[in-house]
Amino acid sequence: MSKETMRSPISRALGLGSTKAGTQQWWRERASALALVPLTLWFAASVIAHTGSNYLAFIAWLRTPFVALLMVLLVAGMFYHMGLGLQVEIEDYVHSALKTVALLAMRFGCCGLAVAGILAILQIAFRR
Amino acid sequence: MTTSNPKRSQPLSPHIQIYRPQLTSVLSIANRISGIVLSLYAIVLVVWLVAAAAGPHAYSMIHVFMGSWAGRILLFGCTFSFFLHLCGGIRHLIWDAGFGFELRTIYASGWTVMLMSSALTIIAWIVSIVLAG
Repeated sequence: MSKETMRSPISRALGLGSTKAGTQQWWRERASALALVPLTLWFAASVIAHTGSNYLAFIAWLRTPFVALLMVLLVAGMFYHMGLGLQVEIEDYVHSALKTVALLAMRFGCCGLAVAGILAILQIAFRR
Repeated sequence: MTTSNPKRSQPLSPHIQIYRPQLTSVLSIANRISGIVLSLYAIVLVVWLVAAAAGPHAYSMIHVFMGSWAGRILLFGCTFSFFLHLCGGIRHLIWDAGFGFELRTIYASGWTVMLMSSALTIIAWIVSIVLAG
């Protein structure tokens, strides 16, 4: 650091890197991970229990209010956690101008897929 | 990003290529890779839900594919990636709570992740095959 500048090293360091929002991202990743532990285990057990059951049996299961609720939570939590995880991976390994493009495409993809999944669940749940 | 200057000589990270793979490093990267793999399976989950909403014909197409050998191999990969990421994730959550940092504990929990994710994958498939009849 040159002697000419009046800025102290601490003022140059503050606000750089992950000091602004890194903790928040870290917490959100952990909180969603914690929520996904029971949700994914319930989903895996349900899918295994439905091995060999037909379309009508599967739809009847998905139409149950409690199942529809848990499925919406699962899809929302999954794509939220996935977005945070992929963000870290893109930020760590993509260093070119593609980084911003990749981050935006990933985020749009996560939102689109989450909405598509939730709409499909609701359509099945509220169909007469 | 703000002060990156490729011409300036900076300390380099150890070259990962010349390092012998260790359980700790392998599981660390495995958690990231399984996360990426599960992201791809999350797309399959949405396709499956949308097909179910579209009706019996679209659903049966997915169902027939999942019953084929290619579909079964894909589902097996999904099961293992899921349990690996789940067990690895729980190991990380325990670390985040401040426990298990002794070297012996780190290796013990690492082998537990390997054993549990393999065992849970096999148990899940045995139960599924038994239920299918």
